[in-house]
Amino acid sequence: MKDNHISLEDKFQATIDAEVKIEPKDWMPDKYRKTLIRQISQHAHSEIVGMLPEGRWITRAPNLRRKVALLAKVQDEAGHGLYLYSACETLGIDRDTLFEQLHSGKAKYSSIFNYPTISWADIGAIGWLVDGAAIMNQVPLCRCSYGPYARAMVRVCKEESFHQRQGFEILLTLSRGTDEQKRMLQNAIDRWWWPSMMMFGPSDGDSPNTQQSMKWKIKRFTNDELRQKFVDVCYEQAKVLNVTLPDPDIKWNEERGHYDFGEINWDEFWNVVKGNGPCNKQRLNARRKAWEDGAWVREAAVAYAEKKAARKANQTKVA
Amino acid sequence: MNTCAHEHLNTFTQQKNMKSNWPLWEVFIRSKQGLSHKHVGSLHAADEEMAIQNARDVYTRRNEGISIWVVESKHITASNPDESESLYDPANDKVYRHPTFYDLPDSLKHI
Repeated sequence: MKDNHISLEDKFQATIDAEVKIEPKDWMPDKYRKTLIRQISQHAHSEIVGMLPEGRWITRAPNLRRKVALLAKVQDEAGHGLYLYSACETLGIDRDTLFEQLHSGKAKYSSIFNYPTISWADIGAIGWLVDGAAIMNQVPLCRCSYGPYARAMVRVCKEESFHQRQGFEILLTLSRGTDEQKRMLQNAIDRWWWPSMMMFGPSDGDSPNTQQSMKWKIKRFTNDELRQKFVDVCYEQAKVLNVTLPDPDIKWNEERGHYDFGEINWDEFWNVVKGNGPCNKQRLNARRKAWEDGAWVREAAVAYAEKKAARKANQTKVA
Repeated sequence: MNTCAHEHLNTFTQQKNMKSNWPLWEVFIRSKQGLSHKHVGSLHAADEEMAIQNARDVYTRRNEGISIWVVESKHITASNPDESESLYDPANDKVYRHPTFYDLPDSLKHI
């Protein structure tokens, strides 16, 4: 029995090593399934909760062009959440259970969405930095070993690039504006830079799951590798906006061929993860309220569907 | 697995969810005339009409399709991956089903 089990795991690993995708009905180790459910559901929840900080600015967008773009972006995020929830369901967990895990606080979502959006420049900063960091995380996930997740990520990544560009354009406009607009821009970067850096997760040394996830090809790069890539890209892009990244230690390191950067405030990171960020309560309450306020709609839709089906069955009988 | 996850919840939410858990639908999209419908993912909807509307919103926001099929997931029967050997291996040794199996001179045209 034991031998049989080992050979199943070996076969599974060999499939992954050969870059063949795992599909829902294939045998997989329990831990692989659990890791994916956790990761994909966290990802889906992040898309859904991620609509909240931006949603606040749809009615406050400075003009119609900005408004339609932001509306489309937030709608995309709803769509991304839905692609991911359905990918997650292929692993044998149902949608309502996933929602319950979010609403009860059992499941996590990206901590970045627990920060407030206090000015219009924040919408630009989210597009540039938050979506930028998300894209860096997500592009390698298109090659994830689990088929449904990889396919969902291909769709997400295709749509995500407009998000980052619309954000950068907002910032670029501010950077060419009045002194007050320039200050608003710099202030947004000052507030969003470090939380964006934290989006890549704990340092490799403190990320116990990384090694197994790399072996299973769920992850293709470590947190620190992706974070470094992010710094290298953003430093150059910041020059176009004429802004300063709020890190006095950022410096080109000739030997490494990368930018060095300062230490992340991990106390802040863990504190927000644990639920003590500026908006954790507000975000979860908004999600719970939406779910509870929508209950009658969900029930009415089921009742209507049942009534229609019954009527149809009746008609068939008569005919 | 579900029973286990449900244990964390109070009965109130659980009851409400039981009632409202919409069925799952698989979505197939024809991207343009002349191509077949292709599976793109799934979604929840109370009935087939809502499933089509939701599929429109979720899977065709950027002109990905001109025709949508939805089918309730429970109606799909799938082959079992454990049986793939007996199902697909017999085709492996039948190379004579491919045109390249037949030896013909290069000078022969239009064949």
